[in-house]
Amino acid sequence: MENQLKNDFEKIVKTSGFSKKDVEIKENFLNKFIASGFPNRNLENWKFSDISQIIKKNIGDLDFYNDYSTPNKIDSSIFVNGLEHNKIVFINGRIEKIEFNYEEDEKIEIIDELEFKNNINQENSLINLNNAFTNKYYKIVIKEGYFLKKPLIIYHTTNKNLKYKNVNLRLDFLLEKNSCLKLVDISNDEAEKNFINILYNFELGKDSILKNYKVDKKENSNVKYSFNNINQDVNSVSETFILSAGSNFIKNEINCNLNGKYSSAFINGIFSLRNKRHHEIRTCINHLIDNTKSYQLIKSVLENDSKSVYQGKIFVDSIAQKTDGYQLSKAILLSENAEFNAKPELEIYADDVKCSHGSASGNLNQDSIFYLMSRGLNYKQSKELLINGFLLDVVEKITDSEVRNLIKNLIGFKE
Amino acid sequence: MREKELERLKDYKYGFTTDIESIKAPKGLNEEVIKFISNIKKEPTWMLNWRLKAFERLKVLKEPNWQKPKYPKIDYQDLYYYSAPKSTSDKPKNLEDLDPKILETYNKLGIPLQEQKRLNGIAVDAVFDSVSVATTFKDKLTEKGIIFCSISEAIQKHPDLVKKYLGTVIPITDHFFATLNSAVFTDGSFVYIPPDVRCPMELSTYFRINASDTGQFERTLIIADKGSYVSYLEGCTAPMRDENQLHAANVELIALDNAEIKYSTVQNWYPGDKDGKGGIYNFVTKRGLCKGKNSKISWTQVETGSAITWKYPSCILKGDNSIGEFYSIAITNNHQKADTGTKMIHLGKNTKSKIISKGISAGFSDMTYRGLVDVSPKACNSSNYTQCDSLLMGNKCGAHTVPYIKNKNSESNIAHEATTSKISEEQLHYCQQRGLNSEEAVGLIINGFCKEVLQQLPMEFAVEAQKLVGISLEGSVG
Repeated sequence: MENQLKNDFEKIVKTSGFSKKDVEIKENFLNKFIASGFPNRNLENWKFSDISQIIKKNIGDLDFYNDYSTPNKIDSSIFVNGLEHNKIVFINGRIEKIEFNYEEDEKIEIIDELEFKNNINQENSLINLNNAFTNKYYKIVIKEGYFLKKPLIIYHTTNKNLKYKNVNLRLDFLLEKNSCLKLVDISNDEAEKNFINILYNFELGKDSILKNYKVDKKENSNVKYSFNNINQDVNSVSETFILSAGSNFIKNEINCNLNGKYSSAFINGIFSLRNKRHHEIRTCINHLIDNTKSYQLIKSVLENDSKSVYQGKIFVDSIAQKTDGYQLSKAILLSENAEFNAKPELEIYADDVKCSHGSASGNLNQDSIFYLMSRGLNYKQSKELLINGFLLDVVEKITDSEVRNLIKNLIGFKE
Repeated sequence: MREKELERLKDYKYGFTTDIESIKAPKGLNEEVIKFISNIKKEPTWMLNWRLKAFERLKVLKEPNWQKPKYPKIDYQDLYYYSAPKSTSDKPKNLEDLDPKILETYNKLGIPLQEQKRLNGIAVDAVFDSVSVATTFKDKLTEKGIIFCSISEAIQKHPDLVKKYLGTVIPITDHFFATLNSAVFTDGSFVYIPPDVRCPMELSTYFRINASDTGQFERTLIIADKGSYVSYLEGCTAPMRDENQLHAANVELIALDNAEIKYSTVQNWYPGDKDGKGGIYNFVTKRGLCKGKNSKISWTQVETGSAITWKYPSCILKGDNSIGEFYSIAITNNHQKADTGTKMIHLGKNTKSKIISKGISAGFSDMTYRGLVDVSPKACNSSNYTQCDSLLMGNKCGAHTVPYIKNKNSESNIAHEATTSKISEEQLHYCQQRGLNSEEAVGLIINGFCKEVLQQLPMEFAVEAQKLVGISLEGSVG
């Protein structure tokens, strides 16, 4: 793999026109990645999902070079109907379109990050990989006091030209004081057997609001990794919703640093898995100052041979008094071979805090089924009703009504 | 000078050393030392081979490094692996023949053998620095066919039982410290309860670490045959010392069909002084196997001592309908570090487990609950309930919860709850209003917090444990 990585890196350096300094930084990341390789189960973080094995099994050898010189044709049928929105379109990892038609021009700035920066302080080999191979990335700045009128939808599209490739992409967002961004990620994969590595970095200024909804619904055989790094200033709010259903493997990682007083983070997630899907959500909420709040709710419905993993961590620094942290994970296992793993972790160094977590897993409640069937529903209907109710609880947590309806439609809940 | 000495002793009630000449094996860890230990204990060849096999395995194993508490590197070549009170070579026939100094030590500890023999009705197999010195109440137990003796005696007198069960729950190839123990264990207790016998009394062992620089490697093996019941108590206190001492015991429990084992521990090894200097490293492997149908193993522990505690009493629920329980109180103060919890491995059908863990940390200490609940695909209709609560006193200490939950069976239910908080001002206010001072009030609230676990202890222990809880937290309030 090492030679492959080095050759592909050479190719990219030749075609991309990075500055000498950038190449040096990137090479440094490449070497770090070569030293560690893909993470395996010996790392605590990857204990339940050994990605080096998963890639080996699902994909085999990866090709790290992508030709980004020619634009791809955008197929407009993928766009969401019935909801006015701003768009960013990625096709095979190449950014094809950034369009803010509904917003005031001067309130949004799109910076083409020519100089490479790494401001994520994490020992993570997949981030190193991302840093080494991202071709070009943008920083989107929402100016002070501006609330986006319409949500921004980012389409992650792949087409059939892509196979056995590693795609790395990155976006940075800066929300200035008192601004608001609603962001929906929709993945739309035609391609098969690729490893897609997505990195988002959010800086939230004072009083700003970020709402991020990630939807991975369409069935595909790709392996994905997504990392969100969120830094929050005073009184900012971040809300993350994850629908994890379509890909063969996906691990969503959220690292949230609550740096400012009165800031809060909400993470809600749904796993709805069947066949041999194996999905993971890992969260790390760092309460670094007093009077911060976090809330996490993760629910799984598992069929066939599927497997879901939730690793949630709440870290409370010794100065972070009056912290309020809560975690809840619930799972329904519908098949004998389904598997649910959880590691809800608390690491607490301050004494005046309220932190708790709960986790429960099991089958559907037979009493509830009996209740519904005695009222005339058949078994299948009662089961569906119960599962929908179970998941709807999470969907209802979405605070934006437009997006909530969109996601309800995507999942197939009837209004 | 004398006053100074007294001052030191006051800090740790059980801090004193008995002056007895010890026979020591040469320092270091090698085949010669293992042969020396085996030879001095007059062990048969199969036992020596078993030890050597473990030692072979030890050479390739590495010390684990995933745990939270870090400790300075231990030089295993710089330890004595065997030391025994000299008087062992001609063992006293009865209590009166005992070395008076040993008796005195026990008196200070509050377990006068003579008294105990008469008053308490507890058979005591007192382990004094690695070798059993006296065993009481033999007759009453022999009558019922119960075997309660030191493991070295069992190796000689009941080799079939030992051969059959030793190492079946903790194999010699397990992890570093368990394997180290298998290679060099010096003594420990052996209990066998024959079929359909209910052990008439609580069996109890007091462990003491005495001679300087000896890591203590105890090995305990308890077998409850079909339909039997036994309750076993283990209590630990250790003298004050500045060097860190290693304690790596192995405890194996085996419950056959319809049998029940209850294992209670009060651990109060020397925790080091106020600045975290000295103290015992308590790296213990405890594991129980519910081998038969309808069997039950219940662990109860009160952990207040040791500089570093690192232990996970576990249950392997292999038999159908078997039950595993774990009740724990862990208290850390000053610079103590505790990483403790349990593993419940559900293999059989209709297996049930319950985990109640209460952690209290004060001063500069760190307390971690680390547990695993693993339900295998065949463990249909099994259930687990876990509750772990932590209490923090001050903002220099830490409380952590790291549960691992693996559910591979759709007919099983797992529920987990954890909370972390501090003592509420309202409760304190309420108690103080009624005339308690702040320390008494805290003591009362803490005892209430721990009540669920304390209730599980046998009477004799419950009283002692309750006192310990109070003593451990002295000076940490306000």
